[in-house]
Amino acid sequence: MSQFPLISVMTFLPLLGVVLLFFVPKQSHSVHRMLAMLVTLATFAVSLPLLTGFQSNAEFQFVEKVPWIAAGPFQMNYQVGIDGISIWLVMLTTFIMPIAILSTWTAVEEKVKEYMICLLLLEVGMLGAFVSLDLFLFYIFWEVMLIPMYFIIGIWGGKNKIYAAVKFFIYTMVGSLLMLVALVTLYFKAGGGDFNLLRFYEVGLDPATQTWMFLAFALAFAIKVPMFPLHTWLPDAHTEAPTAGSVILAAVLLKMGTYGFVRFAMPLFPDATAKFTPLFAVLSVIGIIYAALVAMVQEDVKKLVAYSSVAHLGYVMLGVFALNLQGLSGGMLQMLNHGVSTGALFLIVGFIYERRHTRLITDFGGLAKQMPVFATIFMIVTLSSIGLPGTNGFVGEFLVLLGSFESELRWYAIIGTSGVILAAVYMLWMFQRVMFGELNNPKNQTLADLNAREVALMLPLLVLIFYMGVYPTPFIDKMSPSLEKLIVHVKSRQTARAQIPQMPAPQAMPAAMMPPVESK
Amino acid sequence: METIAIPAINFAPIMPEVILSIFGMALLLVNVFVPSEQKAYLGYLSLGGILLTAVTVLNGWNAPVSGFSGSVLQDNFAVFFKCIFLLSGGLTILISDHYFKREGCNVGELYPLLLFATVGMMLMASGTDLMTIFLGLEVLSVSLYILAGLNRASLKSNEAGLKYFLLGAFSTGFLLYGMALTYGATGTTRVIKIAEFITQNGVVAQNPMFFIGMLLMAVGFSFKIAAAPFHMWTPDVYEGAPTPMTAFMSAGPKAAGFAAFMRVILIAFPTLKADWSALLWILAVLTMTIGNLIALNQDNIKRMLAYSSIAHAGYALVGFTAGNAEGTAGILFYMLSYAFMNIGAFAIIVLVGKKGEENNNVSDYAGFATKHPVLALAMSVFLFSLAGMPPTAGFIGKFYLFSGAIKAGYIWLAIIGVLNSAASVYYYLRVMVYMYMKNPVEEFDWMKFSAPVTLCIVIAVVGVLVPGVMPAYLLELAQKAVLL
Repeated sequence: MSQFPLISVMTFLPLLGVVLLFFVPKQSHSVHRMLAMLVTLATFAVSLPLLTGFQSNAEFQFVEKVPWIAAGPFQMNYQVGIDGISIWLVMLTTFIMPIAILSTWTAVEEKVKEYMICLLLLEVGMLGAFVSLDLFLFYIFWEVMLIPMYFIIGIWGGKNKIYAAVKFFIYTMVGSLLMLVALVTLYFKAGGGDFNLLRFYEVGLDPATQTWMFLAFALAFAIKVPMFPLHTWLPDAHTEAPTAGSVILAAVLLKMGTYGFVRFAMPLFPDATAKFTPLFAVLSVIGIIYAALVAMVQEDVKKLVAYSSVAHLGYVMLGVFALNLQGLSGGMLQMLNHGVSTGALFLIVGFIYERRHTRLITDFGGLAKQMPVFATIFMIVTLSSIGLPGTNGFVGEFLVLLGSFESELRWYAIIGTSGVILAAVYMLWMFQRVMFGELNNPKNQTLADLNAREVALMLPLLVLIFYMGVYPTPFIDKMSPSLEKLIVHVKSRQTARAQIPQMPAPQAMPAAMMPPVESK
Repeated sequence: METIAIPAINFAPIMPEVILSIFGMALLLVNVFVPSEQKAYLGYLSLGGILLTAVTVLNGWNAPVSGFSGSVLQDNFAVFFKCIFLLSGGLTILISDHYFKREGCNVGELYPLLLFATVGMMLMASGTDLMTIFLGLEVLSVSLYILAGLNRASLKSNEAGLKYFLLGAFSTGFLLYGMALTYGATGTTRVIKIAEFITQNGVVAQNPMFFIGMLLMAVGFSFKIAAAPFHMWTPDVYEGAPTPMTAFMSAGPKAAGFAAFMRVILIAFPTLKADWSALLWILAVLTMTIGNLIALNQDNIKRMLAYSSIAHAGYALVGFTAGNAEGTAGILFYMLSYAFMNIGAFAIIVLVGKKGEENNNVSDYAGFATKHPVLALAMSVFLFSLAGMPPTAGFIGKFYLFSGAIKAGYIWLAIIGVLNSAASVYYYLRVMVYMYMKNPVEEFDWMKFSAPVTLCIVIAVVGVLVPGVMPAYLLELAQKAVLL
């Protein structure tokens, strides 16, 4: 306990930035940007020792626990810690934040101070939600995240920003409030005490209670993921949000939902998880196919990327509900991949939008001649999003499909695989229409290629795309002990599992066999 | 004060009321000699009275005294509520001078009346006899009727006063009739004796007179706390009354209604919990739902907050329905937080308004954040707290109220509550949409700042945020103040 509170420092460092920003005069935009940049870089720096000091085992590490509210029947603690599941999401958050801020350097000229404050507050909320081990604390961070995102979409968004912002807020709020009711019920069923998540894991609830509590939790998370048919807020929010908002929304905020399933809904309610696995697998597969088909006919590049998000998150959910090591680690990897690739795609959309103030595919064509650097980067990111071998997207999707194929979700995996083809269709078709062909629009003939800042902010993402594609072992190694523990935890508590018709599953692939993926 | 030597009477339990009444009466006299543009001094004097009373009240914490043969009792419950009343009275005084000067109706009687209203509320909280409670209620109501109609030049204010008077008198009739029937059935008006009578003569429950008595009292109190379907007076009165008085009415008297309601129901009828819980369940659901649904469609911000205050009474009724320690402590905590957030929001409405109650539409707030970022931020804090978002006191309060209901097994009530809460987000967000996301139409250059209003807003922001992040201390106090 006497160790340095690394997690708290990291989580609340952006708050310090907010306080500092309050004292910077309104007009000094460059100071606001520099300050926010420095703070997020410092946060990233603080998070690095978490990664290097992280032991590859299933335990929660860097745990801090301080009594917070102790009044009446309730006992809330400030309890934080990370394990193999949250470490990567924390790293993804701290990594993507400086990039997001750098991307707004010239895109946002109005109310820069408030914008930076919102972004930093958002970072506090996201990091807090990932590291919380106290359910009440998690809920607070989970809700707090909404406020800055609401303002980011609503103030700096596009034409339809108000509709998108309010829709985003109320959708998420309905889900999370029902989760709150289930959370409090869970607390009383556990016989009071504190809100320690690890204690709740051991509460054996009867399957009937689990059912409705799981549904309440799952609704909150499924809205956030978003799963079909709760995804309708996402295209609006993504399309209207400013670039940094979209990047963070895609890269981190959506992961809150999938993380919620892995961390809360599944281990807390194992029986209900078994019961609802078919339903969620169906919804995932529908999400994959449906979103891909819808993406295909989009005229707006940003909306296309938004729908591709829904499809990608469908893979994640399929892998998670496969509930074996390949599926889960594939799902986790896919979360990171999606953060990197889709984040990069939104940045790319931001680049051309900043130059042309349009995102319609028909307004472009032949950009590759005019912007060769941009074309190269765009190509790499597109291929990574499709899941070409050698890029990060491949590893995640492959493991997800492998894992679900070997679980009872075999048929879903088979149908889901067709989504890979559809993804290639809509992404490459979009790329072709935007980048190739005749450069016949006079407005496009004067476009400038990416400048140094823009290349600089894409570079880390490109490095990760290849690194994770060629050598994912370090990522998998750090997460698999926690995932194994989770699988054992959930499966050993599924009393109703025997009733589910089992597919003849082949021998599970040992963990040691997983790294050779890169040789393909 | 010991010089008043009437040995049989112990003044200690009503000392705060005595002090505040003396201040009120003295101010009435002083008022005559203060020229109309300097009525602010009366405000400072009455603030002094409130502070002095607050010190006296706080001295009574953990030292319950009862007096007047058991018809008043100043226990922790009463002390907690008295603090809420003094707080809402004090905050209202801070914003009153600014408003009434602008409206050009600088009547000095305002301050004594506010103090008398506060006295009435305090009596309601510490009354343990139906008659004392009724007395407090009347002192409060009569003062409020005048306060609502204080702006003589405004037709709406007159209407508010008259409407409030007529419906208030009507509801008082219900309450009194209920008390009379209860007296007839049990032969006593002492709250605790009623409970004793019920335990001794268990079958008294079969006496219809007794049930009708309880029911009519519930109706009377429901009028006072503006619970649906007895809420009809609220929107018109809240919209028409001078803004500071609306702030006051939504915070103080509502809490006073809950204090008396809780004291009567929880102490006198604990054996009939099943019956009144069922009744309150229906009241809570109706109140939350009707309040929120109608608020969704309001353009006038005062009217919107009036309907929202109906909804908030509904949330508090959720805790009341539970009737357990969490729920009732939740009500105490929530009423206190509500005073902060609602009066804070009204303070900003006072600042933004123009003479003649203009500029009170939600759309008048367009671009407010561009012109006054700090005020807009404060308003957002209040609105988020009203909507029940963490990290504000509004969230913690709702958490306790709904937790109480869940613990008592009323899970559906909690679900209806949170869904209502989600719906309410829409109309609170709407104000923020106008403040932050629309372009300014006006320059807001008529806005003048005054130190007291600023102080009120600062106190309210602190009162919303500090218990939102660190609620332990206040929650502990609320736990110690419950009747159970």
